[in-house]
Amino acid sequence: MGLLSKKDSKLILDPLADNNPITIQVLGICSALAITAQLKASIVMALSVLFVLAIGNVVISLLRNIIPSKIRIIVQLVVVAALVIIVDQVLKAFAYELSKQLSVFVGLIITNCIIMGRFEAFALGNGPWRSFLDGIGNAAGYGLILIIVGFFRELLGSGTLLGYKVLGDPIAKTGLYAFGYENNGFMLLSPMALIVVGIIIWVQRSRNKALIEDH
Amino acid sequence: MAINTEKNLYTVLFATGMVIVVGSLLAFVASSLKPTISENERLEKQQNILYAMGVNNNEGGSDVAFISTDEVTEEFNKYIKKQIVIQGENITEDSEAYTIDIKKEADKAKDPSYERKLPLFIGEKDGETVYVVPMRGKGLWDAIWGYMALDENMVVKGVFFDHKGETPGLGANIKERFFMDDFSGEQTLSNNNFRGVNVAKGNADPLNKVKDDNEVDAIAGATITGNGVSAMINKDLQLYLPYFKSLKK
Repeated sequence: MGLLSKKDSKLILDPLADNNPITIQVLGICSALAITAQLKASIVMALSVLFVLAIGNVVISLLRNIIPSKIRIIVQLVVVAALVIIVDQVLKAFAYELSKQLSVFVGLIITNCIIMGRFEAFALGNGPWRSFLDGIGNAAGYGLILIIVGFFRELLGSGTLLGYKVLGDPIAKTGLYAFGYENNGFMLLSPMALIVVGIIIWVQRSRNKALIEDH
Repeated sequence: MAINTEKNLYTVLFATGMVIVVGSLLAFVASSLKPTISENERLEKQQNILYAMGVNNNEGGSDVAFISTDEVTEEFNKYIKKQIVIQGENITEDSEAYTIDIKKEADKAKDPSYERKLPLFIGEKDGETVYVVPMRGKGLWDAIWGYMALDENMVVKGVFFDHKGETPGLGANIKERFFMDDFSGEQTLSNNNFRGVNVAKGNADPLNKVKDDNEVDAIAGATITGNGVSAMINKDLQLYLPYFKSLKK
């Protein structure tokens, strides 16, 4: 094993599947519903969360011994808000087009339960390097689901992927549309994101019975 | 010596320190990036104005492509012949008219004694004079704005719309070609009376072949954004009506 010990690589790999923040812990659902109508927005949101969660985890981890426990939630909130504002400003200055695509989504990162959840559950009790890996892993697990949902919603809802018309032109009736295919406008509405997430959860649990909880 | 992090005094000091550190960090980031950001915004306005009058890099039927930022200043000076500011009866020329913040002007105009400054861009393309009107309104979630290029009879030559936070895939589609292109050729006057352009549902004209009905086809699922676009056009375009009437004399 090279760079990462077995324990460390578990920090990254676990949240991708068996401990996925969205499908297993059911966190971060709100933003997953709101922004996945397009694949591009999903990808950029995933990258922004990756940055905020990884850096935020490190910052909280470094401060973990001096944060007064009475105001630790406020401290976490300030850290995540500051990071989000920095991401927003930097995007506006150096990737203006992209920042316009994202607009409200970047702000939504602040309300993402995964971030506060990881600060509280992991960074407050672990060292900076492990917290960094944990942040990367959880953001990647979140991003993975976002990208899967975004893929299906954009493909079935608009017939496009990243803005490219992959199923043909709905107005000129080319490609699949020539055979009477129609875009499913429902896919663009938030409830369908919930259903797609539900299907992912179903598939995941039916493949790995250990994930099914007993009642 | 371990610090006692449970004491009230420590908590207060920590909070104060944190606010100072984070506050100055953000202030530093914001102020050092401000010139770049406002330059980006300025270029974007020029791109949008040019887009509305049909100067763009569009290829094919569906993509929205602006003049690239490297060329936009040059192209802007080439196509926009005159920028004027209308303030009541006064019409002044102002080469920086595009920097006027129409949102602030609209706020100031709530005071009835204030004469609102209305910027107008007069451009020339293919030997034809076009008048580009900026507009701003409300969508479902947040602000929407745009530019509309008209000829002297107030027939639409082209539009550009943008929004701050409309629903992706629904209201956000006001900035897509299939919606914006529908406006080209629409008349905003009907028998010399101002009617604007309405975003209408069920107008039995989805391909928008009828150009004198003052209606374009709405986006399904984006009713409130569509109504916002209609309201914005009707409200802001009307302000320029006296100027367009004076052109014909």
